[in-house]
Order: sequence, then structure tokens, then C-alpha cells
Amino acid sequence: MLINQLNAKFRLLVGSAALSALVISGVPAWAATPADTLVEAFAIDDVITLDPGEAFELTMGEINGNTYDKLVRLDINDPSKIIPDVAESWTVSDDGLTYTFKLKPGLKFASGNPLTAEDVAYSFERAIKIDKSPAFILTQFGLKPDNVTEKAKATDPSTFVFTVDQPYAPSFVLNCLTSTVASVVDKKLVSQHVVDNDYGNAWMKTNYAGSGPMKIRDWRANEILVLERNDNYHGTKAPLNRVIYRHVKESATQRLLLEKGDIDVARNLEPNDLEQVVKNSDIKTTSAAKGTIYYFSLNQKNANLAKPEVREALKYLVDYDAIGEKLIKGIGEIHQTFLPKGILGELDEKPYSLNVAKAKELLAKAGLKDGFSVTMDVRNGQPVTGIAESVQQTFAQGGVKLEIIPGDGKQTLTKYRARTHDIYIGQWGVDYWDPNSNAETFTSNPDNADTGTNKTLAWRNAWDVPDLTKETKSALLERDTAKRAKTYEDLQKKVLATSPFVLLFQQTEVAGIRSNLKGFKLGPSFDTNYVFTVSK
Amino acid sequence: MTTTETQLEARRSGAWASGLAIAIGRFVLIGAITFLGLLAVTFFIGRVIPIDPALAIVGDRAPAHVVERVREEYGLNLPLYEQFFIYVKGALQGNFGNSVLTSNPVMTDIRRVFPATMELATFGTLIGTLFGVPLGVLAAVKRGSLIDQIVRLIGLIGYSMPIFWLGLLALLVFYAKLGWTSGPGRIDVIYEYTFTPITGFYLLDAVLQGNWDAFWNIFSFIILPASLLGYFSLAYISRMTRSFMLNELEQEYIVAARAKGLSETRIIWAHALRNAAVPLVTVIALSYANLLEGSVLTETVFSWPGLGLYITNSLQNADMNAVLGGTIIIGAVFIAINLLSDLLYQALDPRTRAR
Repeated sequence: MLINQLNAKFRLLVGSAALSALVISGVPAWAATPADTLVEAFAIDDVITLDPGEAFELTMGEINGNTYDKLVRLDINDPSKIIPDVAESWTVSDDGLTYTFKLKPGLKFASGNPLTAEDVAYSFERAIKIDKSPAFILTQFGLKPDNVTEKAKATDPSTFVFTVDQPYAPSFVLNCLTSTVASVVDKKLVSQHVVDNDYGNAWMKTNYAGSGPMKIRDWRANEILVLERNDNYHGTKAPLNRVIYRHVKESATQRLLLEKGDIDVARNLEPNDLEQVVKNSDIKTTSAAKGTIYYFSLNQKNANLAKPEVREALKYLVDYDAIGEKLIKGIGEIHQTFLPKGILGELDEKPYSLNVAKAKELLAKAGLKDGFSVTMDVRNGQPVTGIAESVQQTFAQGGVKLEIIPGDGKQTLTKYRARTHDIYIGQWGVDYWDPNSNAETFTSNPDNADTGTNKTLAWRNAWDVPDLTKETKSALLERDTAKRAKTYEDLQKKVLATSPFVLLFQQTEVAGIRSNLKGFKLGPSFDTNYVFTVSK
Repeated sequence: MTTTETQLEARRSGAWASGLAIAIGRFVLIGAITFLGLLAVTFFIGRVIPIDPALAIVGDRAPAHVVERVREEYGLNLPLYEQFFIYVKGALQGNFGNSVLTSNPVMTDIRRVFPATMELATFGTLIGTLFGVPLGVLAAVKRGSLIDQIVRLIGLIGYSMPIFWLGLLALLVFYAKLGWTSGPGRIDVIYEYTFTPITGFYLLDAVLQGNWDAFWNIFSFIILPASLLGYFSLAYISRMTRSFMLNELEQEYIVAARAKGLSETRIIWAHALRNAAVPLVTVIALSYANLLEGSVLTETVFSWPGLGLYITNSLQNADMNAVLGGTIIIGAVFIAINLLSDLLYQALDPRTRAR
């Protein structure tokens, strides 16, 4: 016998191995998540700071929407409308320059400190003075470090007065005030953590000082983010005690966890995993259109791409139907205008479809009967790589030879921002929930010189459009909301017809959830993916 | 023991000690040079890739003046050599800068992610060694037999199977279907409130706190990825053990031992393996060092918050401080393990001591 040849040491070894095998099989596997906790698997690696004055990432938008209050919020049932949050009511002066907000009575932060207009003013001041990426959402109203305490101030503990520099459309001002950067922070708490006059920024990167329905208990980058119910919240208290976001990047892994019941919600399921999970009766899916648009754009510095006929021809050389059915099924819907569905002024028109004959005709008119060669910078990853390959094939049908240059995300973006690309494929998500966010980038280009500092998408593609720039600006000052919406419709039609932007689809966010969850709903924007309404 | 023998013994151990000191000194020197080279190469590669580091820090949407300010704050507008000098100066004082992605000092991050990787790698290497060495010995002894074929097949599969696929499969079988182990992650979320990491080695922490529920929970999580890594190192270790053993079994001293009438068990385990152990230590140490780099794919599949995932993620986001810090740690680990295996070498092989 083999075992007889082994010495005592080795027998011990085999014995301990067998023992550990026994132990493994004896360990119980956890079947369900705790009843008072919502557990989500979510790729949260884009979170780089918790500070609302600095955060500008999609996931953080969601966390912020659940943990911080603003003066006003989007109505998730109709996101083109605004509802009160800590503000009870507000008025706009006749000249359109002064906004006066009355706060609800008895507000408190999670820390227990009272929330007053003083805190609101401080929040504006620190956002302007720390001057991080999202600060422009407030500075566009004329706020500067030297005037912010005057322009955004508390006149008494329950009254906050905000003065803007031009008579903007009220819808524009209020929409901007729903964004993360306008979150109300706990002045007293933050002040205790100020270092070198940084308005608590270093501390706030990893800590919480808000008053929302949930509070942030812990964040470990690329690992976990834990929210807890805030019992001091002014509105309806959250039914669950806590919400845990686990960083799980792989779609297949998320699916396993969901099927096993170790998580309640899987947020990054890819089309093939989605198809499979719905076969399980304990799992359902929910989805919502989001404010992100995918497009490719033609650099006008390229002589061929600058011809209007070529711009139009290429819009006919895309197989939108095939892309919609195969490449973005479940994660997007074909969309050809620059305003996403759900935003004020949206226009649902899809005039383009694959039409090779028409494209050839247009190319011939441009003097490019035999086609031409062109490159496209494509970030590694789906769905853009698949779309680029599809476009490569349909371009070839029209005689246009497309070379795909794959690259890392930051690399293709660096090239795009330097305007050295031919064609760039990418996406644009709204910065704040107002039509101006996208209009400003697609249709405005104040200085088309290479030295221009306003790197809008129009600038990046060297599309010099003084008229559209003017029209975009005028929409900002249109105080009649209906008329304002009309202007955006007009802008979208013009972009559709003449622009170097080939708009492809609007992103749909989809989640797989356990059937026992109640009230889980993805909102119209990332900031409105509320978890504080969920119960089990 | 006579006086001369004692003196001889003392002199020999003295020589050994000074030999050791020289060895360590040499390693420190080589280590320092390697470090500097590593730093320089990583730093300059990080700066010449066509990615704007300011873009990585503030993102695509930041207004021009914010980008400019960040460029200035981070010294990105200075000449490259000056940036490098500043970096090295900071690094010597233990300041590796802040990670853009996590907002923490890079060293704080690494202190958090490295224990996760190390715990997994240690466990994996343990499994690989405990099973791989005996299997390799068996295969060598029974050369050409069915056992030998099976061991070699196991080794071949371990060599050629993509870990990513095998990881998912293991999850599917042992977690989803059989329910023997826990799924991806390090610990169940219900322990988020009762278990606080101290050292970052969760198993150890649980023992220190006497939290046995947590211990078994952590164990049920780590066992699957560790077994997987263990399998891969087993494949390597068993193959190497087999070939070292085959070499030893052909030596004359084996024939002599047999002639002396020693039992086969004693010949194999006490004599042949003892000699094969010397090169084997290097093999095991190298495989351990490889695992310590962080197995990116395993960490991805099992959502294991380790070093491999950290560096990959930082690299993809052009978070150069984190990449540099991580590279230095890996370099340090490699050098430390090399030193350690050399010392073990000396302990195992008397000839290296005598010299």
C-alpha cells in the first residue's frame, strides 16, 4: 500500500489536509442578506472623494442624492419639474436677479446640529472657494471668491438669498441648484476640521457632514461604501437601517451573488447576464433612461470631414437598427438628438438610418466618389468597441476606409482634447439636470482658436458656430419656460442636420433585483437613484 | 568537546556571521540601486505616456483654470528631471504622495490592500507547498506510473488553464451549486459592524479578537481563491519537485544508501528530498513572490481588495503616485524574498555555510 510507505510526518500532513477539507464543507453559506440592510453590488471605483464641493462622478452623484439635502430637488416622477427639499418655498424678484428661499422649520443635520440658512450660505461659499471641478455650476451665475458671501447669504436663520448676475431663466437656476455641488453641509462640523484654510476639503474627502435621508458611515475605495439611516432626517425616515454598496466589477460575479441571494441588487449586469438572471423567478430587472448620450464626432480640422456633404453622408453610413438590436440591447436606446429624454426641451426625432445609396450620392457631390481614409480613436471596452467595428463595416459600404485606433480611456481623451483626432467615439453625460448642460457643449464654441480655453465638444471638433453659440446663450435668458424649451428643440434640429456629431444612443441603466425588495426604482438621473425608499 | 574544537566551531560561526553581514550589505546596496532604477523607469514611463496627468486628477469636465491650478499644485509644469527629484526626495522621507483615486496617502492605501494580497498569497503558497511537494515526490518515485501521469496532468492543466475562467467555474461549483464556500469578497457584510480589522490580515485579526464566528466566515471566503492560487502554485511546485527529485534519485549516494540497507522511505524523504529541498526553496519563494504581486485576475473575479487590483485600477486611471508606490512595494517584496530565500539556502545547505 502506498500509505505504508509514507513516513509519520507525511501522514500528519495528509491528515490535516483531510481535516481542512472537512472544515470547508462544514462552513455554512449565507443565504440571504440581513433583513434591515440593502446590499448592492456595484462598480464603485469611480468614487474618488465624498466632498460634495468636489465630487463629480456618477456613483458619487447617487451617494450624494441619498445622503445630502439641497434647497430643491428634482421631481423623480417628472424630472423637468422642481420640488422643495430643505427650502419650503421660494420667490424670484421681478428683475429675475434675486432668489429668496424660505427654509423648513426645525431642520437638523445628522450630527444633531441645527440646519439654518447660515449653513446654506457657507456651503455655497466653500464650493466657490475650494474651486473644484463642479464649481462652475455655481460660478456661471456670477459667483466669485470675492463676492460669494454677498451674493449667497443668510438674511435670517430661515431665509437664504441668492443673487445672480443676469436675469436667467428660473428653470435654469433652480435646475442647477439640484446638483451635488449645491448640497448643504454642516458648517459647525466642517469648521472643526479645517486645515490651512481648506474649508475642510481634506477631511470631507472621506467624511460626511450632511442632513439627507441616509448618512455615509464608511468608504473604503474599491471595496465598500456603507450608508446608515439618518434619524434626524426632516422627511419620511428610511425603512432600512443600512445600505451597503460592495465593489464588484465583474458582471458574471455580480450575477452569481444575485442568484445566490448574497446581494439584493446587481448594478452592472451585461446584456448576456441580464438575459440569464431573468429566468430565475426570485429575480427581476428594472431600468431607466439616463442622461448619457453616446456619439461619434468628426474633427473639422480634417479637410474631408469638414465638407457638409461628408458630415451628412456619414450619418447615413451607420446601421442604427443593428446597433440597437445587437450591441446595446438592454443598456441603451437609439437616440439622435443631443438632449436626453426626460430633460426640458427634449426632442425625439430619428431621421437617420443606414442608406448607402444616399451616402454615396452625397460623397460624390463632395468630390469623394471613390471614398477616403480616416481614423477613429476608440477607448478599449464595450459598447464603443463593438459600435466602432459596426461603423467600420458600414463606412466601407460607402467607400470610406475607417482605421480604428484603440487606446486607454484617458489616452483617447487627451488626444481628443488636443484636437488631433479624426473621429472620436465617446459619451457625454449631463453635468447638471438642465438642457443648457448639453447645449453648451454641443452648440457653443466661443473661441475656436487652438488656444481657446473653453473646451466644449464643439471646440474639440473645431466646429466654429458663432450663430449657434449666440442662440444657446439666448436660451439661458429666456424666462418663459415654454419658449425656452422651443429654442432647445430648434438647436437640436440644427445639430441633427449640419453638425459633425453623429449621435447614436441614450444610455439605459438597468439593475437586477431580488423580488422581495419593495420600492427599488432607478431614477431619471444618477442623483435620483434613491435607496432610502427601499424596504424588504 | 576539546578546546580546539570549540574554537574551530566559534571561528566557523563567526565566519558565517560576517559572511551573512556581507551578504546583507550586498543586498542592501543592490536593493538600493535596483530601487532607484525602478523608480526612474516607472516615473519616466508614467510621464511620457500620452496621457495628461492633470486630466487624470480633475477629470474631463473641469474648467480650464482648475486644470491650470492643479498642474501648478502638482508641479506638473516643472521640467521632468525636477519633478523626479522632488518625487525621490519625498519618497526618501516616506512620502509617496496622495492617490488621486482614493484621496488617501498612497502608503495608507497600500497598508490596507497589501495585507489582503499577502494573506491570500500566503494561504495559497501554503496549499501549493503542502500538496505540491509530496505529489512531486510521489511522481518522481513512481516515475512512469499512473500516479506520475496524473500528477503531470494536474500540473499541465494548472499551467495552461486561464485562472479567470477557472475562478468563475470554481465559484459556480463550490459557491453557487454546492454552497460549500462563500462567494466573492473577504467577509460577509453582517460582520461589517462586529469585526474591526487591526493588522489587515483578517484571519489573524479574528483570532486576536477571539471572534470565532468571524474567523470561520473569513475562512469560508478565503479558501476558494486561496485554493485556486494554491492549485496554480501546486502545478509549478510539483513539476519542479519531480524533476529535482529525479535528479537526486540518480545520484550515487542513493545507491550507497540502498546498499547500506536503509529503508526506501528514509532514502526518499530524509535523503533525496533533503537535497532537493535546496533549489526547491527558491522555486517556492519565487512563486510566493509572484502571488504577492497580486493576482489581478483572481482579485477581480473574487472581488478581493488587494494590491493587484489596486495597481491595475490606478494604472487605468493614470493615478501615477499610486502606481509608483505600488511598484516600489512589489520591488521591495521581491528583494526581501530573494534575501530570505538566500538565507534559507544557507541554512539548508551546509556547503554554503562553510564557504
